[in-house]
Amino acid sequence: MNIFDFFRERKKETTASIAKERLQIIVAHERGQRSKPDYLPALQQELVEVIRKYVNIDSDQVQVALENQGSCSILELNITLPDR
Amino acid sequence: MAKILVVTSGKGGVGKTTTSAAIGTGLALRGHKTVIVDFDVGLRNLDLIMGCERRVVYDFVNVVNGEATLTQALIKDKRLENLYVLAASQTRDKDALTKEGVEKIINELRETFEYVVCDSPAGIEKGAHLAMYFADEAIVVTNPEVSSVRDSDRMLGLLASKSRRAELGEEPIKEHLLLTRYNPERVQKGEMLGVEDVEEILAIRLLGVIPESQAVLKASNQGVPVILDDQSDAGQAYSDAVDRLLGKEVAHRFLDVKKQGFMQRLFGGRE
Repeated sequence: MNIFDFFRERKKETTASIAKERLQIIVAHERGQRSKPDYLPALQQELVEVIRKYVNIDSDQVQVALENQGSCSILELNITLPDR
Repeated sequence: MAKILVVTSGKGGVGKTTTSAAIGTGLALRGHKTVIVDFDVGLRNLDLIMGCERRVVYDFVNVVNGEATLTQALIKDKRLENLYVLAASQTRDKDALTKEGVEKIINELRETFEYVVCDSPAGIEKGAHLAMYFADEAIVVTNPEVSSVRDSDRMLGLLASKSRRAELGEEPIKEHLLLTRYNPERVQKGEMLGVEDVEEILAIRLLGVIPESQAVLKASNQGVPVILDDQSDAGQAYSDAVDRLLGKEVAHRFLDVKKQGFMQRLFGGRE
């Protein structure tokens, strides 16, 4: 390595640091997914069926999300009703 | 009280069987009565790495099905007094193992052994699940490479949620990180994730770092666990890892680039 390489190296991001950054992002994302209980998709499906008895909606018009804030969990339901 | 150790990783080819053989042998070398159990039904390889492939008569599945007793199926190591191997079945498929069957055998092994080392298959399917289900401690084998680190993190999630300890609400499985195939030269050049990087991402206790070493292939060629090659870097690194597993404080070695002498540099000397 000569003196010019030395200065060039500093600016360039190494492939290892790119790997670390990518891993940090994907691992954090997957850990977030993991903490969700696995009954959520079934819950969503059953809710859609119940609502469909009364209102005609598509399955993607019900969103179910579970958030943890400290000691309490918030189950958030977002149902978009069709225009009349 | 017997300890059940699982050697797992998620990803294949990272060194689970090499590690199971080395750690199990290391525990036996230190006087602990140990059995290494191959959970890779259909693709057994622990017998080859341990050098006892021609002495397998009965396997794990035979014992589960009552076709052989545990005493008949346990293969005694020729080198060490208190080391045994339980081979996986090569002819059955993965569904040959059930939770009840595995539990029965593990409980029987608990009575005679101090350490039961479970060599997990790759993946997160039934075999891998059963290998870790009854574990007290887990050694997560990881290579400094993106797919291996990600799979290890996934495996950590499963250890924390799908094990017997997790289901019964007992104290969680104690997790250890073992970084294998580590190349300090490439880490220094910024071409490979460093030990601190992997530790930071996975956030579990570091059990050891095994350098990428020619000794590992040489050992597997001969069916000798690499830890018995006490002149090699990998053998010494495994030996340190076993000491740490037993609670000793041992400084990490082989993390830095070896300083080459003038003559070595001149002639590009290699070990």
